[in-house]
Amino acid sequence: MRLELRGITKRFGSLVANDQIDLVVEPGQIHALLGENGAGKTTLMNVLYGLMSPDDGQIVIDGQPVVFGSPRDAIRAGIGMVHQHFMLVPVFTVTENVTLGVERTRGLGLLDRPRARRDVLELSERYGLNVNPDAYVENLPVGTQQRVEIIKALLREASVLILDEPTSVLTPSETEDLFRVVRELKAGGRSIVFISHKLKEVQAIADTITVIRRGRVVGDRPPTATDAELAALMVGRAVELKVSKEPARPGGVVLDVRGLTGYDDHGNAAPDEISFQVKAGEILGVAGVQGNGQTELCEVLMGLRPAEGGSILLDGQDVTAATPRDRLRAGFGYVPEDRQEDGLVPDFSVAENLVLDVYDRPPFASGVALDLGKIRTNAASLIQEFDVRTTSAERPAGTLSGGNQQKVILARELSRDIKLLLASQPTRGLDVGSIEFVHRRIVEERDRGVAVLIVSSELDEIYALADRIAVMYEGKIVAFRSPAVPVTELGLLMAGAGDAASADQAGSTEAPGPAQADRAAQADPAAQADPAGQSDPSEPTAGPS
Amino acid sequence: MTEPTPATGQTARPPAEDPGAPRRRAPWQDTSRQRQAFIDAIVEGSPAVVTVLSILAALVLGALLIAFTDTTVLHAWGSLFSNPGNAFAQAWDAISAAYSALFDGAIFSPGTVAAAFHGGSVAAIFYPISQSMSDATPLLLTGLSVAIAFRCGLFNIGAAGQWIGGAIIAAYLGFAVSLPPVIHVIVCLIGGIAGGAVVGWVVGELKARTGAHEVIVTIMLNYVMYNLLSYLLGTTKVLQAPGQSNLISPNIAANAQLPHVGGPPPEVDAGFLVALAAAAAVAWLLNRSTIGFQFRTVGANPSAARAAGMSVERSWVLVMLIAGALAGLSGASVIQGSSVHALTFNSYGTYGFDGITVALLGRARPGGVVLAALLFGALHAGGTIMQAATSVPTDIATVLEGLIVLFVAAPLLIRAVFRLREAKGVGLEAVAKGWNG
Repeated sequence: MRLELRGITKRFGSLVANDQIDLVVEPGQIHALLGENGAGKTTLMNVLYGLMSPDDGQIVIDGQPVVFGSPRDAIRAGIGMVHQHFMLVPVFTVTENVTLGVERTRGLGLLDRPRARRDVLELSERYGLNVNPDAYVENLPVGTQQRVEIIKALLREASVLILDEPTSVLTPSETEDLFRVVRELKAGGRSIVFISHKLKEVQAIADTITVIRRGRVVGDRPPTATDAELAALMVGRAVELKVSKEPARPGGVVLDVRGLTGYDDHGNAAPDEISFQVKAGEILGVAGVQGNGQTELCEVLMGLRPAEGGSILLDGQDVTAATPRDRLRAGFGYVPEDRQEDGLVPDFSVAENLVLDVYDRPPFASGVALDLGKIRTNAASLIQEFDVRTTSAERPAGTLSGGNQQKVILARELSRDIKLLLASQPTRGLDVGSIEFVHRRIVEERDRGVAVLIVSSELDEIYALADRIAVMYEGKIVAFRSPAVPVTELGLLMAGAGDAASADQAGSTEAPGPAQADRAAQADPAAQADPAGQSDPSEPTAGPS
Repeated sequence: MTEPTPATGQTARPPAEDPGAPRRRAPWQDTSRQRQAFIDAIVEGSPAVVTVLSILAALVLGALLIAFTDTTVLHAWGSLFSNPGNAFAQAWDAISAAYSALFDGAIFSPGTVAAAFHGGSVAAIFYPISQSMSDATPLLLTGLSVAIAFRCGLFNIGAAGQWIGGAIIAAYLGFAVSLPPVIHVIVCLIGGIAGGAVVGWVVGELKARTGAHEVIVTIMLNYVMYNLLSYLLGTTKVLQAPGQSNLISPNIAANAQLPHVGGPPPEVDAGFLVALAAAAAVAWLLNRSTIGFQFRTVGANPSAARAAGMSVERSWVLVMLIAGALAGLSGASVIQGSSVHALTFNSYGTYGFDGITVALLGRARPGGVVLAALLFGALHAGGTIMQAATSVPTDIATVLEGLIVLFVAAPLLIRAVFRLREAKGVGLEAVAKGWNG
């Protein structure tokens, strides 16, 4: 099936989200759509999937113009979509999920389960999807859930499959698996539209790359195009892809965490007896697949979740039982993982958000009275210093783009006198230009002598920033490594293969202090003790790719 | 779908959008900008415009209701085909008579002006408006109570119970204690504030400590307070007037009654001034104080509040304490007010629940609450006169209140009726969010 978009235009009020977009997806081709967040990729795909109707332009399939009034029409025409957030029912089995809405029946309205199950198995085998049709979706790892979504689309006979930011939730090895599946699908004659803002992935998988910027197609490139070229197209100017930073000059220990234990919402220990130190002027990067206790670790460190054991010392002062307010006062700076939920009040103005954790202290307050003038001048100077793009300081922060929201949070935290910066997923969902800015500010902070703890599931980010790397798996820190560690080893550690990786101790000996090397040595046997129990052999993701 | 913001990055933008640009605007640009904002407000239907249109739509529906319930008019409809002019004339007469009586009773009556010129009382001109303000007083206070809790993310259904808490203390201090003039008034008001605050504080404390939903807790506490009032008046006779078999307290001492100020001709119930002062205080608290900043943050995004080091639980307790205090003050203002001087088993009337509608109509902003309370006060005062002057029952005024709130709560309906463009993300979704506690 040959899919063609001609002059697609979609406006939201005065904003043109898609401006005369032309796109041709040839049969059996992997077509990448590369663009920053807010460039209009998702809007375009929503138009293609019948979720929005275009203001102008045509969708043409095999030479025939078509009009999609709803996703149903798009599905009927052979278009399948795997959304960024999966649309699965957790308590249903794989088979039940994929047949939902297209159930086959045999006489008297009985569901033809055996047949559905056979269909799933057959698809799973043909494309190497490795999915158990009887497994309950809630028990499956994210990568497998994504493949269930793919089966769902295939079962509806999709010949064009749209994958919207498919790797944002995957581990490196899961990403490899996905790429393999995508290539199998291509070999089976299907076309894939691969939406992403990550250069490396697009180069690795695509047959052709279309770059979108501000709602317009700014160019088509082959996958052989260089990083710099693609990034420049995407952002509209030359971008520094890697922060330039001097080697760290660590000072004294600022954050000392000993045997810290907390519980996640399901009552599992996470963090699970974690010990580490962060020194002034160094960046410790905590790598790990999303959901291995990093979120909980940050919350326990900030006092948003109770510590059930162990201790947290800031500059030698025990803050294990301190309230979040006391920690902030003691010199914690916090950039939370979910900026809309924890970092900002979207309905509040930018100016108000810029004083969210200092509003009750001079100069912004005297007694209980707020000094609105000081809040305004503070906003004006921080907006300028951090280059926050907003029409006014009074604009609600929720209306800013993700990158500018993150700048507001950074501006607020860095404008205080902090000793420790705790930043969780600091560039999640940000475009290349904003990532560059955020990384540069974090490194500057380090160079000013602040101890920095970065938690990220993006390996690129860990490599770009970290002076030392700690890997988290199932609530524990399973290893410490230097940034020189090869990505394959890091990937294995993140997938819980602690035994394979710990054989190579070379990385940890480069850790800047004897204490760290010591702790790394302590942490590794812990990981070795239970890898068999932790990596369920039925999980295809745990295996080597 | 969430892509309406154009690329954020470092891309060039027109200088006008650059906040750092030191560009001065010519005065004409300001006025044209204001005019544009004004036009936008009307075309898109800003909350204020929607509210005004809601009132208009309610008046139209109310008019139809009058036309189709008035017996004379109904009779005329019967002869619609033989004498169509008569039917419409009768309907028009009934509607205009009712609405002009409503206006006379709520704002002012042209008749009194004419009378004043012929040696009549000048004070009579201002009687309706001062009556409206007096009727607005308790609603203004319960409206503030609901509004401030709402800004902190709590839905205070318990203004009725807190009202009773305040009224009990104010009434008791009013008749059982003997104090000099001004002091007695103040002591009773403070007693009312304290009585309501205690009831509100219980709600906040329960929510903060146990996570109990404030909607359930306040509804249940309302029942507790209704029955406590009956118990105190009837069973224990602590509050009951001696020699009375009815559930009514003794009248409070004259010293404890709120005076009228400004005295004839235009006079204002001092209670109304107290309520206005309370509105000003709440406005200051919400917008200009650290406590209000904390309340608003907790209301808008509790997890961000927590991450910023605020204590969400403490905010809940404090805001319920203040909400209770305001509702309790409402109770005191009625007991010490111009007409009622005693507490009965059903004194609480509908003040508590009307407070919810007033807060809703006023969009949980002190200024809005003042205007909404005045509107409701005017409808109350006018409704009474309307019933007296015409055969239209005072219930029509209540129906109007209900319709106004209904339309305000359904802005989409008003937008559809008046063909307004969709406004940018303002509506009552914030109200709906409040139910999540």
